[in-house]
Amino acid sequence: MKFYALFVYVFLYLPIGLVIFFSFNAGKYALDFQGFSIRWYAKALSNPFIMEALWVSIKVAFISAILSTVFGTMAALALQRLKGWKRTFYDSLIYISITIPGIVIAISTLIALVTLFDFINPYLAFLAPLFDGTAPKLSLGYISLIAAHSLFTMSLVVVILRARLSGMDRTLIEASEDLYAPPFRTFIQITLPQLAPAIFAAFLLSFTFSFDDFIISFFVAGPNTTLPVYIFSSIRRGITPEVNVIGTVVLLASLILLFAAQILSNIGKTPKTRSSNK
Amino acid sequence: MSTSGADKIGRKRKITTAMLLLPATAWYAVLLLMPLVFIIVFSFGERGPAGGYVPAFTLENYMNLPTRSKAFFNTMTLAPIGTIACLLIAFPLAYYLALVVKKRYRNLLLVLVIVPFWTSLLVRTYAWIFILSGQGLPKLLGMFGLEGIRMINTPGAVLIGIIYIYLPLMVFPIYVSLEKLDTRLLEASSDLGAPPFRTFLQVTLPLSIPGIATGSMMVFILLMGEFIIPQMLGGGKVYFIGNALVDVFLQSRNWPFGAAFAATLVAIMLFTITVYMRFMAKLSGGREDVSVM
Repeated sequence: MKFYALFVYVFLYLPIGLVIFFSFNAGKYALDFQGFSIRWYAKALSNPFIMEALWVSIKVAFISAILSTVFGTMAALALQRLKGWKRTFYDSLIYISITIPGIVIAISTLIALVTLFDFINPYLAFLAPLFDGTAPKLSLGYISLIAAHSLFTMSLVVVILRARLSGMDRTLIEASEDLYAPPFRTFIQITLPQLAPAIFAAFLLSFTFSFDDFIISFFVAGPNTTLPVYIFSSIRRGITPEVNVIGTVVLLASLILLFAAQILSNIGKTPKTRSSNK
Repeated sequence: MSTSGADKIGRKRKITTAMLLLPATAWYAVLLLMPLVFIIVFSFGERGPAGGYVPAFTLENYMNLPTRSKAFFNTMTLAPIGTIACLLIAFPLAYYLALVVKKRYRNLLLVLVIVPFWTSLLVRTYAWIFILSGQGLPKLLGMFGLEGIRMINTPGAVLIGIIYIYLPLMVFPIYVSLEKLDTRLLEASSDLGAPPFRTFLQVTLPLSIPGIATGSMMVFILLMGEFIIPQMLGGGKVYFIGNALVDVFLQSRNWPFGAAFAATLVAIMLFTITVYMRFMAKLSGGREDVSVM
């Protein structure tokens, strides 16, 4: 039994370990280990395409995580009060957006936005005189990518916060209301501090999801390249230690964010719920 | 007088609720419902001369789906096989974590199972290209005299990728249902003289069915829409519905046909989920559901 468990853990971690190990390869070919070196790290750091992709990924992940955290928290607070068909309606939307395959989301968003832009752009062209002759034009890019990422992560935030809200102590809120605190003040002084760790954990998970996403970015990013899209196209050209370097960086980034999220979501929880949740 | 005051508060609450929901509603409307409506409308249309979409009403796209039956075949064989393989590998590990290992190590070991699931899917899949390609495992086996074994771009490679990626998702719900299991039942069974194997079959296994069902369902649903694993480890030879979908959209630029593909995939998934929910409702009789979140 013990050996079986050990075997499964080796199976889970060996491939990740190999990527990290071979990122320190001094040689030119990915699997031909020529000695320990960080020269591929230096090379990756000085590659402007990689740095640009990294920067795009960070920007998109940060903005979409902020949006989805704010909007998702708002929605989770409101959904507590909803009942009946409205509640069912929003529940189904959240449910659908989480279970629908990423590939369907990516392609349907792509054709919907492209069709919509083709419809709107001729009207925008009439505005050309207002903008010194160059009409504003809608096209795929940062905005569509951020919007598409925050759709999925917003549902994730709602699910996480709802679990937290339902486990929250109502008596404090009732006490605050009994003492005639206006609703907004109750929210700021009672609800928000209790929710804060969960909100921050949800933010980090949203960031991780967006940062790691390949499928949606591949279709909706327009001319921008995120880091996973860059990795995908490099693999097509052949595996080099450089790809392992980027892979290692991406893995470590999500690991760090994950542990931060895990620690944060445990803060403020009672010891009883600590181990059972997540 | 007091009723109108309560009305006022009630209305104020309603407005606040609506305002709080406004951004989420806009997001779902524009980025979830609108694209899905587009897919359904497009799936009944015709392909334009240069690709894209021309309005029409035809069932031709759905009639043409069997021309890509290989994608459906691959998905509908490898998804169940992958799910069962994950289950067989995950169950003993979940059992070990829930009932055997010392409590002290349990949380750490559990986190170690979950962690890979939240790290980059692309990089983890890519690691297997690395292992299974000519320079990796086949070369190693070649040293032991097993020459010329091709691994990458085979159904076996896709299956390994599937197990590797989805194993954590299967372990977790089974663990949760086994952990909730009342160990006194196991003691009672052995006190009454049941051999360990019989206790397992008649007590442990039936009580872990909710976890098994949840894990299998989640893995199966995600596998049906899988794209990256067949794309990277199947190399265009072993492709799923998701890969055919991308091919039809990007290579053939046949939007209506691709839309019919996407609509069919979503329909199959919704059907499976509904059947599963019915099954679970019957099974647990309103008991609390097991969830990954």
